Amino acid sequence: MPRERHDYDDIPGTFVFDQERSRQGYGINMFCMSLMKEENRKAFKANEAEYLKKFKLTPAQTEAILKRDYNRMLELGGNIYFTAKLGATDGHSFQHLAAVMTGSSQEDYAKMMLGGGRSVEGNRSRSGKFAAGKPARAAKRAKRNKKTGAAKPRSKARSKSRAKRG
Amino acid sequence: MARIIAGVAASHVPAIGAAIDNRRTEEPYWRRVFSGFEKSKEWMAKTKPDVCIAVYNDHASAFSVEIVPTFALGCAAEFPPADEGWGPRPVPVVKGHTELAAHIAQSVILDEFDLTVVNKMEVDHGLTVPLNLMFGSPEAWPCPVIPLAVNVVLYPPPTGHRCFMLGRAIRKAVESYPEDLRVVVFGTGGMSHQISGPRAGLINSKFDKAFLDNLSKDPKKLARMPHIEYMREAGAEGVEMVMWLVMRGALDDKVDEVYRFYTVPASNTAVGHIILENRPRTLPRRSAAPKRSARKAPAQRAAARAKPAIVRGRR
Repeated sequence: MPRERHDYDDIPGTFVFDQERSRQGYGINMFCMSLMKEENRKAFKANEAEYLKKFKLTPAQTEAILKRDYNRMLELGGNIYFTAKLGATDGHSFQHLAAVMTGSSQEDYAKMMLGGGRSVEGNRSRSGKFAAGKPARAAKRAKRNKKTGAAKPRSKARSKSRAKRG
Repeated sequence: MARIIAGVAASHVPAIGAAIDNRRTEEPYWRRVFSGFEKSKEWMAKTKPDVCIAVYNDHASAFSVEIVPTFALGCAAEFPPADEGWGPRPVPVVKGHTELAAHIAQSVILDEFDLTVVNKMEVDHGLTVPLNLMFGSPEAWPCPVIPLAVNVVLYPPPTGHRCFMLGRAIRKAVESYPEDLRVVVFGTGGMSHQISGPRAGLINSKFDKAFLDNLSKDPKKLARMPHIEYMREAGAEGVEMVMWLVMRGALDDKVDEVYRFYTVPASNTAVGHIILENRPRTLPRRSAAPKRSARKAPAQRAAARAKPAIVRGRR
């Protein structure tokens, strides 16, 4: 059965961990959860493919785990808070994982974050429905608040908004 | 009668906890973050709540995918810090308030909020980092804390409206508790961040600032915001900001914003923080008030309004 389409599937570069993915990815997430125990981490590291046989995984899921393809794990039902435990088992920081998922070096990723992060402009939708220059509601609201706040004394701005509501 | 006196919202970025635990708070990167909470700690020391209710989410620590409760109220006497893969955080055990928690469960379930009651639970950075930000790193947390874990990991989380209304029900429960307790409610998580997939690293300061403005002045508008808007505008994981609405719902409609702080980034996340105080209730309320207290009330309100100007930090 093909995946049901949801409004959030339009968000680019994003795999929302929803009920369908949770159903599909139960094995991935339970495997990751098992890595909370030291003895399991050792067993996994000793023979990864063998250890994975203990969990209900599809061949695609097993391959994604063995290849450390984090985006594919998310697509196949892994959740980031769980897959991060695999990253930690490999001795990687979270930022390393984030860099891997975004296809950049950790250095570049850290630089982007320090510079204020990835802009939402141009990253809102695949369909272009919420493309740049067409700010969504929240941004519009912020702009409006700023304007009224700057141009008018506080009491006037308040009564104006009250009138609007009425 | 117990009463909710204030609400606090704060991000709960795990790296903030790691910076505290590894004594890196004086490094310039972290100084920028922690300096924003100095006023908050002063405020907290002055406010001295008797109990805190902390709305937070678990990150695959206490709850895996085996059981995913939408709202889980911690009714235990204590909640040890969870081992999140690097050993439990070296923070005090969180002591609950079993009587008030039991009272809240009894009240809100009959108000049609079908809570899960949890009598054994470890708590992760989602809860302990905001406690550090507000209380520092004491030997023991200065007051009991009732954890309220909200599922924001498995989609869909409860709607913003549901969170807001749960806050209302909690307020009603607290106000029907016979003991005189002064309660502060924490909303944690956020602000904008996405930590998964190719779009990871997303930050939207405009959204965050508008969210803070509305949280203060027009929370009902926020309560109507659908999940898609959080996820598109503030990142897939930014949807956890719905937890702030539980806190806001627990406060009165009109509150005084006494402090606000915002900075980007802490690790992968925008850090947002706000303190909202309920206005003192003058008794009796409104029409039947004798002349003297009626004259006093505007002065008190004016005094309360004046506060933010003194302590408000960078925005």
